[in-house]
Amino acid sequence: MISAWLTEERLGRTLLAAGQLPWRALAVGMILAVAVGAGMSPAPAAAQATSAESPPVHPTGEAALAPPGDETLGDSRVSGAQEADAVSDPAALVEPEILAEEVADQAEEDARFAWLQPVSGWFTPARFPTAVATLLFGITLLVLITRARGGRDLYIRRIAGLEAVDEAVGRATEMGRPILYSPGLDPMEEVATVASINILGQVARKAAAYETRLIMPNRDPIVMTVSQEVVREAFTEAGRPDLYDPNDIYYTTQSQFGYAAAVCGTMMRERPAANFFIGHFYAESLILAETGNATGAIQIAGTDSDSQLPFFICACDYTLIGEELYAGSVYLSREPLLLGALKGQDVAKVGILAILILWTILSFLGIDIRSWLG
Amino acid sequence: MKKTGPVVFGFLIGVLMLLHHFTPSSWIGDRYNNVLDWKQVVFGITLILGVISLFTYHWKKIERRAEGWGYSVITVAGLIFMIAVALIFTPERGPYPWMFDHVQAPMQATMFALLAFYVASASYRAFRARNFHAALLLTAGVIVMLGRVSLGELIGIDSVSTWILDFPNTAAKRGVMIGVGLGMTATAIKIITGIERTYLGKGA
Repeated sequence: MISAWLTEERLGRTLLAAGQLPWRALAVGMILAVAVGAGMSPAPAAAQATSAESPPVHPTGEAALAPPGDETLGDSRVSGAQEADAVSDPAALVEPEILAEEVADQAEEDARFAWLQPVSGWFTPARFPTAVATLLFGITLLVLITRARGGRDLYIRRIAGLEAVDEAVGRATEMGRPILYSPGLDPMEEVATVASINILGQVARKAAAYETRLIMPNRDPIVMTVSQEVVREAFTEAGRPDLYDPNDIYYTTQSQFGYAAAVCGTMMRERPAANFFIGHFYAESLILAETGNATGAIQIAGTDSDSQLPFFICACDYTLIGEELYAGSVYLSREPLLLGALKGQDVAKVGILAILILWTILSFLGIDIRSWLG
Repeated sequence: MKKTGPVVFGFLIGVLMLLHHFTPSSWIGDRYNNVLDWKQVVFGITLILGVISLFTYHWKKIERRAEGWGYSVITVAGLIFMIAVALIFTPERGPYPWMFDHVQAPMQATMFALLAFYVASASYRAFRARNFHAALLLTAGVIVMLGRVSLGELIGIDSVSTWILDFPNTAAKRGVMIGVGLGMTATAIKIITGIERTYLGKGA
């Protein structure tokens, strides 16, 4: 019964699974298989045919396809697959003398060459500095958040663009006109878009409190769906779920300039009194900001795109520069825990500044610190 | 559960993405690719919601005869027409690629071309020397612009232009980028650890 189950192919796979044995160990395994196979029935023809036609199988049972950029693992997998094919070859199993000869040849080859065996790693050494920096930064954040939780007062500098949010919403309310909010062009997985959605929640809460309409054209349908939920939640929390209209947060197009045309058209027709351009923008930034400027709306922009910042600074009343975009929701909500995280960013900046100054001084002294780091 | 579920799910996916950056493990790589595949599925479903949203928004405008409802008629007609020709003739041949090449592409190019005029009007406002900072910006702008053309080389201003771009400009950009990098990392850590829940509502 055991010999019926223990076909050559199964035995070969079992040996492979026992730890990706090197070639010589595999050859010994094959000899053993031959020895056992003398007293067992041959593998079913159908199973052998399947083995020959099916793609190479990784010892762990996965298809032998390396993920992109994973060359080391890919080599290892191909090697294992080739070995598996060799085991499943019945012709090689019926002639033990030939195998013994091959083993002897291989031993001779081994004596002549130093073989390199690729090994799959669990850590990318080239990213060690990034891992250390991320870990240190994460610990700093958690320490400062714990301090903030303890009730310690943390000073946060005034950010004019965020102070102006109340002014912008108030102005729209007084004029009886809507507010326009654009989250940028990036999809939901970009951190700038997440930061924009966090600010949207705060703006929507104020708009609901002032009973002001909020219009939001979207380029990405996932961003649209998330935004609808965030605004609905904000209006509900403000006690005015009746004012929420899902049609005000709508999808336009995936096209970059198509989106710009749609937003500009909305600005010209609806004449919003306040425009928010918060997120990651590309070449359309100036088209949006200049059109908004032409309608006379108060404009607050915020982006982490350094190439678009000058355009927003020129055409908007207030601009959140780089990191201020990420501080937006914290600044507006004043949640103590989040304020701790904001403080952590400042501490990290001081650390980076100190490193930059130190390296500059060392550079002036002719000391190349890169050689120390290897 | 309504609030805890998304936070736990966000934590697991966030940790998976973080690990994928630091490890070449095929198991994590496969899970990472699974998440990307699921993102495509979610995108496909939300795209249907998006098209429904677009249609509903413009249809309501047409019904109400709101200001500019004529544009909504063109949008709805264009949407239906393009879907119909793509289904009948396939997107590779027939009117679909023709409409793309001869209608959509020129319209996009037109919008892009408008940028030149907007740059001129924005520059005019920015360069009005109302205070010291505006005067400094005007001076730097004039030097850089002259340095980029033949005249700048002729009057020997091109090296000053290059210096402004290579040193003060690059230093300012790097300052912004360091802040952006820290802000992105902090936001990501806050979301992964569930500290930042603003996107789930204030009560989360």
